[in-house]
This record gives sequence, structure tokens and C-alpha cells, in this order.
Amino acid sequence: MAQDNTATLKTADGTLLKLSLERSLRRRKRNALLLVAPLFLFILITFLLPIFDMLIRSVDNKITAEILPTTVPLLAKWDARSGKLPDELVFKAFITDAQIASKAKTINRLGKRLNYEKSGTSSLFRKTGRKLKKFKANKLTGTYQEALLKIDKKWGKIATWQMIQRESGRYTSSYFLSAIDMKKGIDGAEWKDEDSQIYINLFKRTLWLSFLITLLTILLGYPIAYLLASLKTKTSNLLMILVLLPFWTSLLVRTSSWIALLQKEGIINDVLVSIGIISDNARLSMIHNQTGTIIAMTHILLPFMILPLFSVMKTIDPSYIRAARSMGATSFTAFRRIYFPNTVAGIGAGGILVFILSIGYYITPALVGGTQGTLISNFIAYHISESLNWGLAASLGTLLLLLVLALYILYDKIVGIDNMKLG
Amino acid sequence: MLTSSSDALVRFENVQKSYDGEILVIKDLNLNIQKGEFLTMLGPSGSGKTTCLMMLAGFEPATHGEIYLDGIPINRVPPHKRGIGMVFQNYALFPHMTIGENLSFPLEVRKMGKSQREEKVKKALDMVQLGDFAERRPSQLSGGQQQRVAVARALVFDPEVVLMDEPLGALDKNLREQMQYEIKHIHERLGVTVLYVTHDQSEALTMSNRVAVFDNGIIQQLAPPDVLYEQPENAFVADFIGDNNCLVGIVTSESETSCVIRTEDNSEIKANKINIAGVGSQSTLSIRPERVIVNPEAGQVPNIFQAKAEELIYLGDHIRTRMNVCGNNNFFIKIPNSSHHANLNKGDTVTIGWNEQDCRALDAFT
Repeated sequence: MAQDNTATLKTADGTLLKLSLERSLRRRKRNALLLVAPLFLFILITFLLPIFDMLIRSVDNKITAEILPTTVPLLAKWDARSGKLPDELVFKAFITDAQIASKAKTINRLGKRLNYEKSGTSSLFRKTGRKLKKFKANKLTGTYQEALLKIDKKWGKIATWQMIQRESGRYTSSYFLSAIDMKKGIDGAEWKDEDSQIYINLFKRTLWLSFLITLLTILLGYPIAYLLASLKTKTSNLLMILVLLPFWTSLLVRTSSWIALLQKEGIINDVLVSIGIISDNARLSMIHNQTGTIIAMTHILLPFMILPLFSVMKTIDPSYIRAARSMGATSFTAFRRIYFPNTVAGIGAGGILVFILSIGYYITPALVGGTQGTLISNFIAYHISESLNWGLAASLGTLLLLLVLALYILYDKIVGIDNMKLG
Repeated sequence: MLTSSSDALVRFENVQKSYDGEILVIKDLNLNIQKGEFLTMLGPSGSGKTTCLMMLAGFEPATHGEIYLDGIPINRVPPHKRGIGMVFQNYALFPHMTIGENLSFPLEVRKMGKSQREEKVKKALDMVQLGDFAERRPSQLSGGQQQRVAVARALVFDPEVVLMDEPLGALDKNLREQMQYEIKHIHERLGVTVLYVTHDQSEALTMSNRVAVFDNGIIQQLAPPDVLYEQPENAFVADFIGDNNCLVGIVTSESETSCVIRTEDNSEIKANKINIAGVGSQSTLSIRPERVIVNPEAGQVPNIFQAKAEELIYLGDHIRTRMNVCGNNNFFIKIPNSSHHANLNKGDTVTIGWNEQDCRALDAFT
């Protein structure tokens, strides 16, 4: 009944009240939109679109159909399980396509793409392309199949054609499969050989190290934040500068100084040897391994833990503790039952901040991590700038993104995002 | 002193307190609080009253002297072993716990059984008329309700002494008055000893058995409310408690109970001798506005002067009038708004007077 009334309420001149209200608010909405627009466009162009592009790239596979336009439809009709090679039409189409591609210098790109599926494919395509340049269809003596087999025997293997057929679709799941150490077999996805499995372990290592670093920053940051929050403003401001000092130094400088400190001939080892704690030939290796990554990243990410903790602790009234003490709680009980629960929001905020930052951290593990201390982002960077396998880099990045989102949702379920306080 | 020190529940003995080693916040405190008493520490901010409370609760150590609780010195007893309940100005309710859990906390740390705990929590909440609020969070309660919970929480574990540090300071006027009565009634019903700190004199006069007026780290006067108002012992107390008129002058003569003060304009005023340093010294006279008589008959009172009405303020039940008398143009009198009250206009000159008994000669007011 009440709802009916509001729907028919009218202003003095008879227009609907809701309509009139909407009109009066329109201008305000438009202004708000205009204020947001520059940042929105900036984020859209520099952040959302690249991410979307990356997501596409991780499954994109139009290259096969582009370079072998006539072969792909013919090959699709071939029964890969028949145990026989494709028929002559396919071979003829392939030679025609490959010849065109060879002249256009695009065949090597396809070879490189298919090399991700099976190594050796790249050189096979390069060789085939080179030899096909001299190939003349009117001087052909035998079949097209024989001509191609003469170039390389691999064209006589069913597996080669199976692989091309499998990877001729518009989209492929092979990047994602290799990002989780799987490959496509004849009967669908299967695990790669044990010794070539790296990414699952890398994801595990990344998660484990991030967790460890988060835990360390909590353990180290909590007492500092407590001290800062309980001191007088004048003193705490001074100490806060020390906490923030790392922010003002270049990340590269900070990481390099850790190298100077931790390396075998570094300051810490020198001191330990000179005071006789360790012998000269038993110097500790604290860098270019996981220890180095943990130490350097804990140091660099510590402010991200201290700041949210500090701002939460600052809001906790000291009278809470006094009240608890006056009611008979020991100082430990007062801390455990009263103070600590009120800082959980800060631990949550700092924890999720440090964890997400370290899960995607790149420069520090690259410099001090060695082989055992590198993280998933180092491999993403490797595939983008060294191996140029952008599809794999994109799928690793997508998996990382999904992982972070999943953890975020998990956090929301357990702690609640509303309870998070960043400042 | 009304009490002997032997049967006091709380005893401050020569207590001194300094925070920085240069200034004494508490100069030399000797105070006995009787069992079941409602004692208020009243004073302007910075007078040291909250520091006393903190020392008794155990959050601040006494720099010198000893505090006794039930005859036992407690300087070295940590706060949680003192068994003193405390109500804070900002309530200090634990935000992450429900009201019930807040009240249950002091019982839990005392390892009380669950059923007994629930019973006590319910009883304490019923006492402050919040029986249905056990499941709510502090943030869901109004200021007055939160304050009631804070009082209930300070009492739920049956402490011998409850300290209240300006507990009503954050409430609006109506609620504050209502809470004053509630706290007073709870005190009467439970017979618990209450040490209450406030800077609001009406609060102190309404609730207390005795009031200790603090200033400058010293108790200026410790007395029941009526004595404090009617027989202030020094100029600070006279001025701090209630409306007061001050006249400053030099003592010209004194007898056993009375003295004569000459003001700057050479008016001679006969006054009740309370606290003066002798002939020739400076003295502050204290006269309550309601004790001033307008148009007295000749010979009715010993002090009669001409006064000029400078300002009239209409306050409903009475008219507050600022007058110029004996060289002081800040002299207020109250003219009751009765059917036959003196009809006074601004600028009129009238005679006013007062009794020797109602004019107390006190120390020089600094």
C-alpha cells in the first residue's frame, strides 16, 4: 500500500515525484561522472584493456589457420586415429600454403608457435620452408607426399600431422595446459614428463614464500607498530621516518645492499668468520637462494605491514587495556583478549597487502633469488622478454590473477573485507 | 576531620606525584574514604583529581607516600589484583564483544563458572534496565545506554571500590541529570564505595556524601555538599562552588568571631571572621547572591550600601542583577520573580545590605 503511494506521488505541477527527483539529481550525477572520467579512461586504457588483451593472448591461436589457409580445412576431415597419414590432397595443400608462407617469410613464425607443442618443429618448418623455395609443382615426378618426405622424414610421422591438426583451431588450451605442467595427448590432457614439470612447483614455491614473508612481516612489524602507536607523537614521528626510509631509497639500491651484506665474501660472513663463529671455508650462503629472497623481500615489504597495523593500533583507546586490567585481567590476558582482537583488522589488511605484493614480486627475487629463490613472476618476465612465448606468459599471468582473486574471496569469507582497515 | 584513619577503606597518606620531576601534580594528599561512602573529587582540569584516581587504580605509581586499601598498602600491587571497578569517561566498552561478553569478561578472568556468570551478568544488566541488550554490540547503543553498561560492568564483579572518571562528561544535559540519579540510587542500593571525579559542581553536590575540592594539587576543602556551599573555608572554594560575590579589602580590625574589612573605595564591611591572616592583611569577602537583601530597613542588617543596577538578566524564576557596590561592578544579586518583588530598572540606585553572618572573610584570593 505504502509502495503504491510513493509510485503515484506528484509534485505541485503534476509531474511524478520520482521523475522530478531524478531530473534534479541528473546534473549532480553528470558532474560526478565528469570528475571520474579522466581516471576511468586512464585505467581503462592502461590497465583494463591490457589485462583483457593478456587474457585473450593466453588462448589465442589464429596463426595456424592464417598461415595454412587451405590445409587446415582439409586436415580437419582427416581421422587422426586411423593410423594412416593424411591423403594426397592435404599434402598438396600444405606444400602450396607453405610455399606462399615461405615467400612471405611467415612460415618460421608458425614453426616457432608449434615448437611449443613439440620441440624440433621450429627447425623442421625452417628447413621445409627453405627447400620449398626451389620447389616447382610442374616438375613434380612422384606424389606431393613423396616430395615432402624427401625434405624431411618427420612429415611421414602421423604425430606431426596430429599435432598440426590439434593446433589448427581459433583458440587453444595448450598455453594453459603447459602453465600447469600438462600437455595435449591424443586422448586429451596429460601430465608432462616428471623432469620437465616446473610451473606447479613454481606456483607452490611462490605461495609458500609469500606466506612465509607475510608471516615474518607480521612477527617483525607487530611489535614495531605497537611501539610507534604507544609512543608520544613527537617520538613516534621520528621513528616513523625510519620505517618509511626504505620507501625513499631506490628498490634496486636496497636490494643491491642486501647482496653486499649477505654474499659469501659479504659483510655478515666476514664478521662471522673474523669473530670465529664459522670457519673461512664454511661461509654461509645467504644469497642467490631462497634465504636471500626471503630476507630481502621481508625487509622491503615490512613498511606495508607496519603502516596499516600502526593506523589500526592508533585508534585503539588505551582505556580499553586499563578497563580490562581494572577488571582483573593480567597484562597478558588484556593483550590477548582485548588488544589483539582489535588489531586483527590491521593484520588482515597488512597481510593481504604484503601477500599479494610478494606473490607478484619480480625485481628482488630476480636479483637475489638465484635459481631456487625465483618466483612465478620471474618466469613470466622470462617468457615475455627472452623466450618470447607470450601465450604462455599470458596464461601464467592469468593463473596468477585468478589465484589472487581466489585468495581475496577466501579472505572475504573468513575475515570479511569490511573489517580491513588500511588507514 | 569527620573520620578517623583506622576504619577507612581507602587511605592516601602523604601522597605526592610528579610526572616530570619538576612539577608536583599532587602536593601532599591525605584522604580517608569510608566504606560505603560516595566521595567526589571536584576541581578544574589539571588540578590533579584524575591523577589520584589513576594512582588508586594502579595505572600511575605514587612518587612518594602510600595508598592503603582495607589497611593494606597497595603501591606494589598490580592493577588487576586490586579489585577496584572503574568507569571511564569514554565508556571503554570493548567494541569486539557484545554487551553480555563485556560484562562477562571480569567474571571470566576470575574463572567463574558459566551458569554463575550468566546469572550475574543478567542481574547487573537488569540493575541498569538493559536486560534485553546482552546480545548487542556497544556501537548499537546510545551514549546513555553505553554509560549504563560501563557502570554495570564496573560493578558486576562486586568490587569494594568503584572509581568513576568523569563518567557523564560526554552526555547531554538531560541525560546527565537522569544518570546522576541512577548512579546515586545504585550506590544507595548496593552500598558500594564510590570515588567519583568530575569538574561539574552540580554533579558533585547532587550525588556525594562528601566532596573534596581540588586545586593546584591540594585538597582545598573536604566536606559534605551543604557545608561546602554554606561554609567555604577559602576563597577558591567559595568562588568555585555556586554563585558568589567577591569583595577584596584590607582587614582593619578583628574580634573573636568578626572583623572589619575596608575596601578600595573606603567602605567598611563587617564580616564573619573565618580565614584571615590578621589586621593589615588582605582578605576576600564571600557573599552569596541570594543572601543579599534589597531595600533593607535601617538597622535590619549591619552592612548597608548604595548600589547601582548595571544590568538586569531575566531568568524566569528570578532576575539576576549586576550591581556596582563598594567599588565592585561585578556584584550579582538575585531578585525573586514574586508578585511583590522590587521593581528595578537599569541605572537605578537602591540600598542593599547583608548580615555579618552571611559575609565570610576569607584568605586573599590569588
